[in-house]
Amino acid sequence: MATRKETPSTPTAPMASTSPGATLDSPVKQIQIEGLVVLKMIKHYQEEGQGSEVVQGVLLGLVVEDRLEITNCFPFPQHTEDDADFDEVQYQMEMMRSLRHVNIDHLHVGWYQSTYYGSFVSRALLDSQFSYQHAIEESVVLIYDPIKTARGSLSLKAYRLTPKLMEICKEKDFSAEGLKKALIGFEHMFEEVPIVIKNSHLINVLMWELEEKCTVADKHELLNLSSSNHLEKSLQLLMDRVDDMSQDIVKYNTYSRNLSKQQQQKHQYIQRRQQENAQRQTRGETPLPEEDVSKMFKPPQPPPRMDTLLIAGQINNYCQNVKEFTSQNLGKLFMAEALQGHNS
Amino acid sequence: MHLIVNHMYYSLLLCVFSYSVASVCNANSNAAGDMSVYGPVVKIHPVVLASIGDSYERRNEGASRVIGTLLGTIDKHSVEVTNCFSVPHNESEDEVAVDMEFAKNMYELHKRVSPSEVIVGWYATGFEITEHSVLIHEYYSREATNPIHLTMDTALQSGKMNIRAYLSAQMGVLGKTVGVMFTPLSVKYKYYDTERIGIDLLERTRDAPNTTNGLTSDLCQVGGAAGRVQDMLATVLTYIEDVLSGKQTADNSVGRYLMDLVNKVPKITAEDFETMLNSNINDLLMVTYLSNLTQAQIALNEKIVVL
Repeated sequence: MATRKETPSTPTAPMASTSPGATLDSPVKQIQIEGLVVLKMIKHYQEEGQGSEVVQGVLLGLVVEDRLEITNCFPFPQHTEDDADFDEVQYQMEMMRSLRHVNIDHLHVGWYQSTYYGSFVSRALLDSQFSYQHAIEESVVLIYDPIKTARGSLSLKAYRLTPKLMEICKEKDFSAEGLKKALIGFEHMFEEVPIVIKNSHLINVLMWELEEKCTVADKHELLNLSSSNHLEKSLQLLMDRVDDMSQDIVKYNTYSRNLSKQQQQKHQYIQRRQQENAQRQTRGETPLPEEDVSKMFKPPQPPPRMDTLLIAGQINNYCQNVKEFTSQNLGKLFMAEALQGHNS
Repeated sequence: MHLIVNHMYYSLLLCVFSYSVASVCNANSNAAGDMSVYGPVVKIHPVVLASIGDSYERRNEGASRVIGTLLGTIDKHSVEVTNCFSVPHNESEDEVAVDMEFAKNMYELHKRVSPSEVIVGWYATGFEITEHSVLIHEYYSREATNPIHLTMDTALQSGKMNIRAYLSAQMGVLGKTVGVMFTPLSVKYKYYDTERIGIDLLERTRDAPNTTNGLTSDLCQVGGAAGRVQDMLATVLTYIEDVLSGKQTADNSVGRYLMDLVNKVPKITAEDFETMLNSNINDLLMVTYLSNLTQAQIALNEKIVVL
């Protein structure tokens, strides 16, 4: 999966505003998306995102009570050269300024990303979402899964970081003790926010017109029985992640073994010291100075636990997707059986 | 349909000429998409129409219509419109001002995301082509070769949202007064597969305009799709019964389709089907078991580390 460096703009004062007087610590309970945003995201991926590249973009909208309304979006250019970093912020600023001219909501409320078979739980995403959520309390990241959508139904999910995870990211304390203190499990990293789709009346009229004029036949991909391709790829990704996880576990095990060995060594050293001191005392010599034990035995570097957490979250996500997929397919297989039973 | 023509300089000859062309076009067509015209076919993606509708809703006070640029790709025989953005403009009785700087800027920004899109024309909401349109069209012909002009009747003046496309053509007497005529083009709608699926979902909101719709869970979707197929089968069955009872005359082509349909259900012996079904089900169950196992494993791992 291509990891992308996204630098969301550090919003200046006029941008990061929500409805005045809103309680900023009330989390967003629902996301309301306009049809236009959905279509734009689909189009963006279709045209610019073939292969396993992720496409990203910015969501614009406003906050109404406990709903986050997303009314428009614009895509981000792909990272082609490395000196395009500076351009990103400028591009964003210019885009927002221009959209303001035509009365489009120019309030930054989040970002969207496409995903390949559900693999989006990564350090990059975490960092981006953290900086967004830190600056704008209600921001979300919309994950659009084009492959699942192509199988028959739109797959769009909205995620936010849980407050606990936000705390940890703020502290930048990713060690084991830090995570233990916060009692974070991989299931508490992201919280999903329900999405509803709303269209204005004019767009509804447009939909009626389109249905009348357009003769695109329904392809019924949803009833497709083939499953092995999709399963294969998902399982492949799952296996890779599990391998990563096992490596991580091995690292952790060696670390803890080293730590305990070192403790033993320290202990032995102190004991020897004490013995020697006791002997010297009996002989009447001055005891050796107490040396700083901790400086002699430098404790090994504890491995960062954040990666493990991310991998665990990702594995969880893959498993969820696989289970959803298998449940759908089982249903379809039973239907096919009924159809055959009827005929034969 | 009423083809309105714009004249820069009035001339009787032009008037007569235009009227005759208009009547011919009237005779040939009744709605967009039905015409035999010389010119590229315009293929529009639904995202463009939704965008135009949205910018119309957000127009400034006092503006009766919005205009904007159309982006897309040009083929030999067709123009595919895939994106658009609105351009602020002011229109009054006798003058029109378009923020061209803005248009150029926006195009540059868009080009950075999708470098393959070029300006193919411009759009305006509203039912008629006015004189101002000619001026704007001239500006756009400087930006793109042979720009197309798209109109969308968002105010629903004629009861329908007429979506039309036009190409401009010079006409008149050489050397003397020249005018511009907008010839209509046929409009088709092109969808990517995923777009169609997105539209299917959006269409659900139109049945209950004031309420919103959530995204359904997986098994419900399969159920929904199966329900749709069932409806279609019911329609076909009623048609067949009507034909059998003599209420409707049999149509041979429909009969052939029905034969195809019935023959498409594969004839597999019961045991073969059983084995296929069972092996598939076993695969799926095994995968479910494995994923559950993995989830339990990582949960355990986490608890152990925390200890």
